[in-house]
Amino acid sequence: MTALVDLSRRPGGTFALFAVTLLCLVAIAAPLIAPYGPNAIAPASRLMDPSLQHWLGTDQLGRDILSRLIFGARVALGISLSVIAISLTAGVALGVGAALSPRAVDLVIVGIFDIVTSFPSIILALALVAVFGPGLGNVVLLVSIVFIPHFGRVARAQTIAIRNSPFIEAEKVLGAETWRVILHHVTPNIIGPIFVLACMDIPVVITIEAGLSFLGLGVRPPLASWGNLLNDGYTYLDQSPWLATFSGLSLMLATLGFALLGEALRDTLDPKLRKNL
Amino acid sequence: MTEALLTIENLNVSYRGNGRSAHILDGVDIKIGRGQSVGLVGESGSGKSTVAFTLLGLLADNAEVSAGYAAFDGRTRNFAARETASLRGTDIAMVFQDPMTALNPMFTIGTQLVDIQRRRFPRESRKALWARAEAVLADVGVQDAAARMHRYPHEFSGGMRQRVVIAMALLVEPKLLIADEPTTALDATIEAQVVEVLHRLRQRTSASMLVVSHSMGLIAELCDSVVVMYGGTVVESGKVADVLHRPRHPYTQALLACEIDPYAAFDPSQDLATIPGNVPDPARRPQGCIFADRCPARHDRCRERPPQRHARDGQNYSCWLEVA
Amino acid sequence: MNALILKDAVIRYDRLTAVDGVSLELRRGETLGLVGESGCGKSSVARAIVGLQPLAAGTLTIEGETLQDAPARRRTDLQRRIQLLFQDPAASLSPRMTVRSLLAEPLKIQKSHSPEAWTRIVALAESIGLGQQLLSRYPHQLSGGQARRVALVRALAAEPSIIVADEPTAGLDISIQGELLNLLRTLRGRLGLSYLLISHNLNVVGRVTDRVAVMYLGQIVESGPTADLFRNSAHPYTRALLSANLTLDAGRRRERIVLSGELPSPSNPPSGCRFHKRCPLAQPRCTREIPVLQGRPGERSFACHFPLRSEPAPAPQAIAG
Repeated sequence: MTALVDLSRRPGGTFALFAVTLLCLVAIAAPLIAPYGPNAIAPASRLMDPSLQHWLGTDQLGRDILSRLIFGARVALGISLSVIAISLTAGVALGVGAALSPRAVDLVIVGIFDIVTSFPSIILALALVAVFGPGLGNVVLLVSIVFIPHFGRVARAQTIAIRNSPFIEAEKVLGAETWRVILHHVTPNIIGPIFVLACMDIPVVITIEAGLSFLGLGVRPPLASWGNLLNDGYTYLDQSPWLATFSGLSLMLATLGFALLGEALRDTLDPKLRKNL
Repeated sequence: MTEALLTIENLNVSYRGNGRSAHILDGVDIKIGRGQSVGLVGESGSGKSTVAFTLLGLLADNAEVSAGYAAFDGRTRNFAARETASLRGTDIAMVFQDPMTALNPMFTIGTQLVDIQRRRFPRESRKALWARAEAVLADVGVQDAAARMHRYPHEFSGGMRQRVVIAMALLVEPKLLIADEPTTALDATIEAQVVEVLHRLRQRTSASMLVVSHSMGLIAELCDSVVVMYGGTVVESGKVADVLHRPRHPYTQALLACEIDPYAAFDPSQDLATIPGNVPDPARRPQGCIFADRCPARHDRCRERPPQRHARDGQNYSCWLEVA
Repeated sequence: MNALILKDAVIRYDRLTAVDGVSLELRRGETLGLVGESGCGKSSVARAIVGLQPLAAGTLTIEGETLQDAPARRRTDLQRRIQLLFQDPAASLSPRMTVRSLLAEPLKIQKSHSPEAWTRIVALAESIGLGQQLLSRYPHQLSGGQARRVALVRALAAEPSIIVADEPTAGLDISIQGELLNLLRTLRGRLGLSYLLISHNLNVVGRVTDRVAVMYLGQIVESGPTADLFRNSAHPYTRALLSANLTLDAGRRRERIVLSGELPSPSNPPSGCRFHKRCPLAQPRCTREIPVLQGRPGERSFACHFPLRSEPAPAPQAIAG
């Protein structure tokens, strides 16, 4: 609780908490709060301006933009959280493993990290999806691969920093098995910075997913992904600016919220910065 | 006796922060005669390093300093106004515990030994300063000084670095040399070498010396007189031999009882001496005697501030007990 | 009966041989001191004995069983019989664990967690002044002395027979170091422990150890009963090391032998006797021939071609004051 108060007092912290909470609530309660179904087509009311019936207007098939954006939040959050969960778990496992393994194993793992990170994330994701084909499952899995080295590197560096510290050695002297040392003593002490990184990576994943969907390589229409919405809005920009504007704004709100949360979290977790508050 | 080089009476230092105020030094009196070597001994939290930092004007910004009377080299000084910062590196030089804090890893020893003299001798040529540095470096026992002048700090061992720092302090020809735990980080045989260097120096220079240390052994080796500090106050002072052989304050007595002489006969089943209890919290100092909580000879009067007593042989102590 | 025998131990870090043929015997119920300056290898010996550093050669025998001959499972059990007290006890406590889980850790590791075992640990903690109210604290909420005790109880909870103490009094004020040493002595008798005490504090070693071994550049140069070794050292290095100890006794100060030169690097030790370059008594023979450790192991032994004659022990003197 005090951590939350502390968070909200950071620059941008209040906004970050508000944006992220709003996004999560909307995603969870989508079927309850969306005024229409996300795919309810109404050919009679195509590309309408915002009105009392349709607060944010309708798209080229007469679907309610607000409802689609609300369901789109589900897709964006669902994909980004799955990607982060997969890449964080795999990255931490590989990073900690590399730090505690013999030098040869460490070199191989670090080498793989280097190869993956030498490509810009969006290009690599694009290439992988182009090869393995679009679709929800593929997008999640392939984007996860792109993010594994992020977590792997931090986990490895943090583990190297503490692997010879007295409290780890004390466990070894007590006769603790390696898995116990990793699970109970290494992981809890390296996970803080990794959570911060995760927060900062969520908006990147959201943009990559949107980008892929925009290019038709991500989530397949008619599923309401923000990227798809943006693509539609772009196509009909000359007839109605609302779809593009509102889907772009949602994307901005989400990325900004998570990015600021990550930064605030980093400052909160760093005891040196905490004192200066 | 002529006038002392340094006199400080009733020195108080406190820190304010987070709505709390901590009294680190409380009424400290220190006098260092010309050419004299004074030891400042105490355990952690005694405030001994704060005294050294005050003399150098190195206290943090939130420190409040006040002194009843302070004079250095015949002039009154205001240690509270950080005026002393101008004495640093000219009239007062310092040897720190960790020599690496005093040496810049980016420059050769020679460059640093020359630069340190610039403020003191602005008119001398670089060549003359270099020659002086080389001579002093050889003086403190650095072999092959001419070649070593061109080396970087990391190329020196710990003992050699400490000699370089001592040379650095000597080059400014200070009137007062402050050594803060000068041998604590060194190995025993290297410590012996550095102690020997400092010992030789004592005989050679006219500078006064203030040795700050937790080690009574080091003070006994290097100093004429000793000031024993506890919890930010001076509890006893006097000639080293007198204080060692006839400690008058109960704290000094207890501290000396904790010293181990490995050559003395002892009963292995007997407990080692300790001083039970903890050093008082500087934010909540007791009204009366600072040592009362841990003192074996405590009685009712100790709730009041103890008087300063002056024994005939020049030993001072502050305690309610009258010691013969 | 020996609690621990280290025989011809060699410890290497990559190409550097930090310990070169060290043998030690720790008798049951005694305190053995291991002294020397930085780089002499005393910490490496300690780390090898507690299993943190592999031996490149040599054997470790714990209570009659040689570790190197034991099957893998038995090795872990044997190794647990030796516990280490770290130089910085606060840093040896996992920062995100409460005192309660820290103290329960040895039981969980040995899978011997039972209410009785836990009661025993809590009782042990209380007997050395750690109240129950500390159990829910985290390491950073403990004072230095409390952290030291928690680390001690945790080590004892593993039910060791041997304790290796690495510089236990480093950084302690002299007024409280006695408290720790008294506690260690009491526990030694109560729990039937044997101690290996690694320290550079010669005063402490001289007072609390039964026997002592002196290391120089990865080798033992002299060992023997403490009182005898302090008064009649045969090796010039021991003599110089002991004389370098700062003392309140002005008389002893005058006998000081100040060695010239610095500690050579163990990566390139001098030929012959490793001490010859700094030895005030070195002869040509010392540069060629490596002196072997003479004398009975466990009793007085020294590695020197020209040992110092024993002088009659000076009469014991009272501590100043």
